[in-house]
Amino acid sequence: MPGHLAGRAHVYGHNVDTDVLYPGRYLMVTDTAEMALHAAEDLDPEFRARVQEGDIFVAGRNLGCGSSREQAVVALKSAGIRALVCASAARIFFRNAINQGLPILRVGDAYDEIAERVSTGDPLEVDLATGIITHPATGSHWQAEALPPFLRELLDSGGLLPHLKRRIEAQKAAQAAVVTSGGTSDGNA
Amino acid sequence: MPPQTISQKVLSRAGGVASARAGEIVNARVDLAMSHDNAALVAKRFKELGLERVWDPDRIVIPLDHRIPAPDIKTATNHKEIRTFVAEQGIRYFYDIKEGICHQVLPEKGHVVPGSLIVGTDSHTTTYGAFGAFAAGIGATEMAAVWATGEIWLQVPETIRYRFEGRFRTGVFAKDLAMRVIGDQGIAGCDYHAVEFTGPLMQRLTVDSRMTLSNLAMEMGAKVGIAEVDEKTVRWLAGRVPEGWEPVLSDEDAPVERDLTLDVTDLEPQIACPHSVDNVHPVSAVAGTEIHQLFLGTCTNGRLEDLAVAARILEGETVHAGSRLLVTPASAEVYRGAMRAGYLDILSEAGAVILNPGCGPCLGGHQGILAPGERALTTTNRNFKGRMGSPDAEVFLASPATVAASALYGCISDPTEACREHAIPAGDTLDGLTPDAATLGRVRLAATEVA
Repeated sequence: MPGHLAGRAHVYGHNVDTDVLYPGRYLMVTDTAEMALHAAEDLDPEFRARVQEGDIFVAGRNLGCGSSREQAVVALKSAGIRALVCASAARIFFRNAINQGLPILRVGDAYDEIAERVSTGDPLEVDLATGIITHPATGSHWQAEALPPFLRELLDSGGLLPHLKRRIEAQKAAQAAVVTSGGTSDGNA
Repeated sequence: MPPQTISQKVLSRAGGVASARAGEIVNARVDLAMSHDNAALVAKRFKELGLERVWDPDRIVIPLDHRIPAPDIKTATNHKEIRTFVAEQGIRYFYDIKEGICHQVLPEKGHVVPGSLIVGTDSHTTTYGAFGAFAAGIGATEMAAVWATGEIWLQVPETIRYRFEGRFRTGVFAKDLAMRVIGDQGIAGCDYHAVEFTGPLMQRLTVDSRMTLSNLAMEMGAKVGIAEVDEKTVRWLAGRVPEGWEPVLSDEDAPVERDLTLDVTDLEPQIACPHSVDNVHPVSAVAGTEIHQLFLGTCTNGRLEDLAVAARILEGETVHAGSRLLVTPASAEVYRGAMRAGYLDILSEAGAVILNPGCGPCLGGHQGILAPGERALTTTNRNFKGRMGSPDAEVFLASPATVAASALYGCISDPTEACREHAIPAGDTLDGLTPDAATLGRVRLAATEVA
């Protein structure tokens, strides 16, 4: 994952819930590209037309409250969002973001200042290594909370599945090595 | 050993550590993994891992409930894929569309063991906390990882302990209490926390009512919402969960972040107004608001006692001409019980539409979607914009009594008078309200029959 992201901001308020991020009427969709068509549909009907690859989604407290539906994260990611910046995130949404390999930066009360200075459409930059968010138009910087090393590792792997896949392949390789060496065993089988 | 909360105890055991501290991340072995219709998405992610078999087919439970019977081809295809996957993997605890809502079916079928670690791809997995389990919602991708490894990373939560005191007034039920607590805490007030429900009032509540509280703990952000195991839990689980389980309880002097006491003596019937679950007011504050659709059901309030209260209020009456009332028993067991007890007959005669057990219209998938400008009063758990259909519709959340009383008038109505008139006991004296399971001829424990 690139350490430095630059995109345009989409700024929203507090308690952006999973029903507005991904309405229940589309839950039977399992195709990721199709999910993107309904990203944030009940939050902002204009979002889909405006969002571009590399953009950054900004919200206030309790982002992603409500359902466990990871489509809320997947649809945003599939629509082009490359990072989430929020005051705080609901528990399952936070896990889903990390597990999907979508960086989520929690900034606490600094959100109020971000919301005041950053308008939707403004360029915004995020440095994932340092957690520093930059708004070139005003020269403002904000510091996000650091992630625990384990979650950082998951993100760096691109999410939970790629992380697990690597582990499984390593295990398979190790087993294969044992089998191979077992072929020339000294009879201890 | 230092004193521990139930969360610490369960996660220490599951994580294979001596004494997990709050804040610590453990790699825990799960006892049970639940997925519903979204098992189709989980299976898709699982296949991406390139593994042949799930870690343990007997620890995976899949009830179909969200959109049943399938209302469209996409859903039908998902269901078909799930049935194929279940057969391929030898997952025996698959409950097809005839059984009902996961959070009702799992306890009924004996899958919820006190003290166990349960994860489910549904946020209301917290419901199993009513049986003293540590049960939390997760996403579909992490469930694929659980199916692969049986493990999940979990942060040991800090605990908020509620002590409920006093007695409910007539017309007040566990749902009203839950909404008051959510109103007080706010929609994120218990984010990442374990909430424990204790105190003399909890001991008076039926297990069904405790399930309503644990279910709604989610709506203030809680990771789990746990009630203490007692004699009532033991009786409820008898004949469902094989004997030999040991209750896991928090130590009295366990480390608790917040200790809160709430006296319910003056609590009035409560209602959550659009578009947020914590927008809670006394029902009397919005009485008279016109309602188009009423809905009684879901994992929050679709149990036998909920249907009993509504039936008593609506017996011999008629649903107001300008409104429609939908009723969805939470499970087939509840459906049959309500049929034998006469509740469905009474409700149908009053003009209610009885739907098959399942999630019904709760999440706006089918069976009663709201048009723009319509207003619904429901016993469900969420009223976010667009939740039950059009984003220009409004959803109010209340107790089964409030929904039934409001159905009479076609507008939001305080149920206190109706409850008094029909001699409906207050929500902390519901023991014995419904005929007991033996009288209703409860169908017992599929789990042991299958085994």
